[in-house]
Amino acid sequence: MSQPRNEVVGGRRPYRRSMTGWWRRDPFFVRYMIREATALVVAAYSIVLLAGVLSLAQGEAAWNAWLAAMRSPISIALNLLMLVGMIYHSYSWFEIMPKTMPAMFVGGKRVTAATITMFGLVAAVAAALALFAAAWVLRP
Amino acid sequence: MKRSNAPIFWGLFGAGGMLSALLGPMLVFITGIAVPLGFLLPREQMSYPRMLAFAQHWAGKSFVFVVIALFIWHAAHRIFHSLHDFGIHGGTLAKLLCYGGALVVTLLALWSLLAVGF
Amino acid sequence: MAEAGKTIEIEVLRYRPEQDAAPVTQSYRVPFTDDMSVLQGLQYIKDHLDGTLSFRWSCRMAICGSCGMMIDGRPKLSCKTFLREFHPGKLRIEALAHFPIERDLVAGVDDFLVKLESIKPYLIPKEPRRLDEGEYLQTPHELERYEQFSSCINCMLCYAACPQYGLDSKFTGPGVLALLHRYNADSRDGGRDERMQLVNAEEGVWSCTAVGYCSEVCPKAVDPANAVNQNKVNSAKDYFLRFLRPRGARNGASK
Repeated sequence: MSQPRNEVVGGRRPYRRSMTGWWRRDPFFVRYMIREATALVVAAYSIVLLAGVLSLAQGEAAWNAWLAAMRSPISIALNLLMLVGMIYHSYSWFEIMPKTMPAMFVGGKRVTAATITMFGLVAAVAAALALFAAAWVLRP
Repeated sequence: MKRSNAPIFWGLFGAGGMLSALLGPMLVFITGIAVPLGFLLPREQMSYPRMLAFAQHWAGKSFVFVVIALFIWHAAHRIFHSLHDFGIHGGTLAKLLCYGGALVVTLLALWSLLAVGF
Repeated sequence: MAEAGKTIEIEVLRYRPEQDAAPVTQSYRVPFTDDMSVLQGLQYIKDHLDGTLSFRWSCRMAICGSCGMMIDGRPKLSCKTFLREFHPGKLRIEALAHFPIERDLVAGVDDFLVKLESIKPYLIPKEPRRLDEGEYLQTPHELERYEQFSSCINCMLCYAACPQYGLDSKFTGPGVLALLHRYNADSRDGGRDERMQLVNAEEGVWSCTAVGYCSEVCPKAVDPANAVNQNKVNSAKDYFLRFLRPRGARNGASK
């Protein structure tokens, strides 16, 4: 990056500090990095499902192999970790969501970010229950 | 100043983020814990005949495709920006790996879901 | 002056370009009372201990935006931060992060000033207006749409908080984008189209990753994160719907 012209005049010798390890300097940044890391969980689940549909397309034997893998203790353990990650993704998603929205007013009063987040989390719980209900209704 | 094409990827990121925020946890629970263990839902729920029928139905096919695709595009966008946060400025290579990877996953999902038939 | 008793150790990151190859830490022991701000602590150092210490300040009351610095690793106004908060420990002060250090606690803010000018931070009328047409009328609701973003005092704490600006200073940044939004959201303004060019660029809103720390540190509750991220939606709408608008249409409405 080139220096602005006026920096070379008048004996100025500005000192530029390093950004290495910036996110370790404050808990706020650490939480941000954890939030972003949940993308790995979302990617992992997408790939698990992809492995599933690929197996499905290859016939019963391949599918049963995928199913057996999903039943293994290692898979259950990883899925529990994925579950935690997904829940944190969901929570942090609705925590930041109000930032993308213009100011909203209800009855003349400004709707707070906390209220919007709460509505989002309630929607997430409702969606989770609806999905479970759908699975329940479709069970053998 | 040059107009950025970010809105396309941000749109996919947003859609995938919202979908995974709403359905992600329960999907992981059902497919990764409940059904495999037979906990709250029977193991047979994900048997081959049932899953084949699910994937052959247009609704099941679409649902699975949308989940796989939006989840991976969400993740690709976020991971690409996280690389930048870690000081890895791969530029074109990073873009290719992240978004290219998402494209590969999407196409494989599309192929598989078409291959199972209707 | 000070009652008998309390002192606090203040560690300052010094830098004198004419003699230092790199910044150097220097400690001072400063007597203080509970009502003293960090700025007053620095003024004590300059008046009684070390006249060579350089730092910016003016109003002493959190409105001029001059005294921003890193206080124990966090961007704060020194006039609005109190020494008692850090006692009995020590206190580390550094020039505002993500800006080059000119001297001691004085940061080089040329880049910020260039950016401030670049967004056309003034009302651009929708159509020419004659004096006899009178003043613009604005409802309280119309005022509410932009008032919070007009509170910015240009203190640059948000730039010190923003890691994206720190990683790449081409990013226009939170404060300037908040000011841009202040004008776009003002019902008197018709310059939205002109400003959208900057918004839509990679250096505009698209360098932001919604860390949100900028809004945390803002001393005036401007919420720049909101201004920037709201405009991601506006920019995306502009991107996808641009072919639907008739050629030459001037979208003066600040929706």
